Amino acid sequence: MKKHLLSISDLERDFAITILDTAGEMAKVSEGPNKKLPTLRGKTVVNLFAEDSTRTRISFEAAAKRLSADVINFSAKGSSISKGESLKDTAQTLQALGADAVVIRHPASGAAHRLAQGRWINGSVINAGDGTHEHPSQALLDAFTIRKHLAHGKGDLTGIRVAIVGDILHSRVARSNVLLLTKLGAEVVLVAPPTLLPYQIEAWPVSVSYDFDSILPTVDAVIMLRIQQERMSDLYFPSEREYSTLFGINSDRLSLTKSHSIIMHPGPMNRGLEITAEVADSPQSVVVEQVANGVSVRMAILYLFIAGGQESVDV
Amino acid sequence: MSAALTASEISRALTRISHEILERNSGSTNLTILGIPTRGAHLAYRLAAIIGEIEGAPIQVGTLDITLHRDDLRIRAPRPLMETVIPPLGIEGRTVVLVDDVLFSGRTIRSALDALGQIGRPERVQLAVLVDRGHRELPIKADFVGKNLPTSKLQSVKVHLVEQDGADEVTIEGEDA
Repeated sequence: MKKHLLSISDLERDFAITILDTAGEMAKVSEGPNKKLPTLRGKTVVNLFAEDSTRTRISFEAAAKRLSADVINFSAKGSSISKGESLKDTAQTLQALGADAVVIRHPASGAAHRLAQGRWINGSVINAGDGTHEHPSQALLDAFTIRKHLAHGKGDLTGIRVAIVGDILHSRVARSNVLLLTKLGAEVVLVAPPTLLPYQIEAWPVSVSYDFDSILPTVDAVIMLRIQQERMSDLYFPSEREYSTLFGINSDRLSLTKSHSIIMHPGPMNRGLEITAEVADSPQSVVVEQVANGVSVRMAILYLFIAGGQESVDV
Repeated sequence: MSAALTASEISRALTRISHEILERNSGSTNLTILGIPTRGAHLAYRLAAIIGEIEGAPIQVGTLDITLHRDDLRIRAPRPLMETVIPPLGIEGRTVVLVDDVLFSGRTIRSALDALGQIGRPERVQLAVLVDRGHRELPIKADFVGKNLPTSKLQSVKVHLVEQDGADEVTIEGEDA
């Protein structure tokens, strides 16, 4: 068993499927009358969030609590991080608190790796999003949602075609999703304006299109990405209206999709920009379900990465 | 290594246990059979098939994974979860017969009782095992036993089933104490 979940790129295909299978069983518990399991009793999970987040943090918090772990929330605002404390000093504080796992969200790409490799803490490190690098738990919950709807909740995603639409350049969700979906056998097409595609995109195991309408009838799932206004320092497109017209999903575009296809969004949505309210609230939208699935997937992650004695786990 | 139970002995034991379950519970109407994966689950489906045949009606049968309720999670590496399948009528107010292949320390059954409590409140819980090998570490006793096999703690009892291993056989491996 691995100790840290840092990225999808170092996650093996079979272990990814084990996480999804485990999440499926966790979901059954979440549907039952008693949602609390004793599994992580006595373990402490620290949510170290050096960047704003609502659903990822509360999702990890709910997951840890359902497994009976103690949860300490540590966010940048109102903590010593905002006073300029280094990651190392923060980590040593968490170690002194006896953290068995640190769930870290950080604006710097590679922060989770640094924390894991610094050897400042004995516990597991779970990457909850680092800069523009990766967001593995989001990719796992997206794969779980796709598998549940389109692959009977079993095995891999062979034969399923997924479009990821929007700001690929800044999106750690897109990066992790491309790696995981292709690892699981799905075919991925990226749809974005050229300015929002990363340099050397041709090296990725995906196809690329600038024409959203021609792609929609060919895919089984559409993942809409948020236009991250906080990262839009340069002019990537002429106007929001033009972006919305060319790359947003609206009712007209929804009518081009296959009837069994699903529309996904990692949240938070900019309604009216990348997705209209009609689409977000349509029967094909699984946005709210993604949140529920997120808790199950994170329960699986916490169980598989932090249950068990430290001495018995291979680093 | 020696064969402690042959295929035909396993088959006869399961038939006898099926009759015992029906006798003890005066029929099958309130019965739910839950097997503990992996081999206990196969045995549960076999028992349900035999009981269904005797009674002429299908039996409520499913599986119960106990992994998340184990008491050794702190000291052993986490293992993947197996499937839990609760049959349509659930367990609330019913007589649940737990099925496992080998009864040893009793810790698996303790975990199973906790796992059941997670799902609901059965009227009563009974335990059926193919092999009871002794060495209990908890006050737990089986209601229906295929065969009592006195063993030493150094030995291991291996249950092979057609569904999982291609053949039915129970063997004892390792040396006598």
